[in-house]
Amino acid sequence: MASDIYFNKDHHAVRMAVREFVNKRINPYVDEWEKNGFIPLHQVFKQMGELGFLGIRYDLQYGGEGLDYWYECIFYEEFAHIKGCSLPLAAAVQISMATPAIYEFGSEYLKETYLKPALKGEKVAAIAVTEPGAGSDVSAICTTAAANKDHYILNGSKTYITNGAQADFLTLLARTSDEPGYHSFSLFVVPTDLPGFSAGPKMDKLGMRASDTAELFFDNMKIPAQNLIGKQGEGFIYQMKQFQHERFAVLPLAYTLVRDMADITVEHLKNRVAFAKPLIAKQVLRHRLAGYLAQAESLQQLTYHIIRMKMAGQDVTKQVSMGKLIAGDLIIKAAGGCLQMFGGSGFINDTLISRYYRDVRLLSIGGGASEVMSDIIAKTSGF
Amino acid sequence: MDILVLLKQVPDTESMISIADDGVSIKGDGLKYVINPYDELAVEQALKIREAQGGTVTIVSVGSAKTEQAIRTGLAMGADKAVLIDATGMMIDGLGTAKIMAAAIKELPCDLIFAGHRAVDDDNYLVGPATAEFMGIPNISMAIKAEVQDGAIVCQCTVEGGTKDVKAMLPALVTTQRGLNEPRYTSLPGIMKAKRKPMDVKTVADLGLDAAELKPLVTIKSMSQPPERKGGRMIEGDSVQAKVAELVRVLHEEAKVI
Repeated sequence: MASDIYFNKDHHAVRMAVREFVNKRINPYVDEWEKNGFIPLHQVFKQMGELGFLGIRYDLQYGGEGLDYWYECIFYEEFAHIKGCSLPLAAAVQISMATPAIYEFGSEYLKETYLKPALKGEKVAAIAVTEPGAGSDVSAICTTAAANKDHYILNGSKTYITNGAQADFLTLLARTSDEPGYHSFSLFVVPTDLPGFSAGPKMDKLGMRASDTAELFFDNMKIPAQNLIGKQGEGFIYQMKQFQHERFAVLPLAYTLVRDMADITVEHLKNRVAFAKPLIAKQVLRHRLAGYLAQAESLQQLTYHIIRMKMAGQDVTKQVSMGKLIAGDLIIKAAGGCLQMFGGSGFINDTLISRYYRDVRLLSIGGGASEVMSDIIAKTSGF
Repeated sequence: MDILVLLKQVPDTESMISIADDGVSIKGDGLKYVINPYDELAVEQALKIREAQGGTVTIVSVGSAKTEQAIRTGLAMGADKAVLIDATGMMIDGLGTAKIMAAAIKELPCDLIFAGHRAVDDDNYLVGPATAEFMGIPNISMAIKAEVQDGAIVCQCTVEGGTKDVKAMLPALVTTQRGLNEPRYTSLPGIMKAKRKPMDVKTVADLGLDAAELKPLVTIKSMSQPPERKGGRMIEGDSVQAKVAELVRVLHEEAKVI
């Protein structure tokens, strides 16, 4: 196996541990979660926390495992085998979107109070940046946090917040100054049990239907000053760094999912006889699948290159943006192409390919749209 | 309490097994190996008893260098240490394995032994009871409950159509049956800790056994795959009545099931 070049016995043991968990404790429940439109995250994260899956890259002193990016990549590769993307998304929020900034820039108090329980799976986290009027253009956010003695007064709203209805705390970006520029924002840990917080009803989405996505409202909510992450005015910068973790997490999910979709499609084509032959004999279909697999392989290699760069302490902004751009395009193309090969059954909501098709549509939108990725690539390439 | 677990590495039950060119063994290349599932129950039960009573859990396995992977999984579940008897290249049957196990255990502190009631590759049902016999200690087979009480092990075991309650004074050997427990998942901290846990590697000669003693009494003459399932058969007929009549005839005369 080619991947043995990259992975040793310890990596293999971790891969097997995650795989067993996915096969036995997750996949048997996914249909039910999809039907209910809800995953009991407190219960699932608790199990994951006990097995050490939520803090792979984080320091032992905060309840993490102190391992490197290779292990995190293995975790995401194996988690991608879940039959539906809602839980991988929820887990990526907990691991790579809402907690990296607390870990990198937060005070000891914040790490003890929020990071530790999040890594144990005792607290569910969400990342609250997007607003009705500000998505990829993060600097357009309007939610304000006004400093007032020993606290901030938070006003505004956030939308499309994954884990939003179940979260115990939000890692939230708010405006702390009216001045133009990027130093007018701050990142906070916002506990959802404080007065002034409310969550709207769960949103009805095209895909990721088991994931709870909500609109959140903050009405004169008093946030203790100690819940400010790092320095006031640096939140935008922190969040841009945090985004790199989020975007990276998409890559192993994407190439693994492409292969899983190709696998179930090949299985279908072998069994589906049309015009007296199994469909897998049709060259046009074989070539289409081969193309997806070739591109998945290159995306995997870019991902492994990014891991090496990260391990060497290099800035990966450009490469991660490239990876996310490629991942978003590839997965949508592959999902559509595979669904086409399923014919009528692909159009039935209950089939797995149809679920993948709906779920992966988010990948080129969330965490910075493909168009934004292209802009970053252009800028970091000097034009 | 010092508890031992006899552990075997077997091909994953989901593997596609194919027969090697010699006709008497299976192709090992590309197979995924795991802990024998019944031995996983044995590890879990040993850990449960250690957690309740204190003590140590030691894995004992007969295998080759690749067996370490299964042993490390057992250590990652929580066992404290392991002994691997490397018998690479030796042809050993179940009785031979039991002789090696008994010789290895003689050198270890031991109050209680757990083993799977059979390994899912050879299906011999032999190593556990034979090890107990060689050691001269009691054996309890196919336990679905096992508790230590006042220096004895008290078990509930499956028997044809029911269960029986059995008790033996320690030291004793107990083989496991499905239903005994739900083996725990290996955690990442467990995997990392397992790397540092001691694993003693010994040879058969180190245990003072010579190859002649271990000569297999049973040899495999040949292996064959089970016959492939045949496709279904459609019952033809002009009417429902005719089809039903034909179906009944076929079930009665050809399949002889009614």
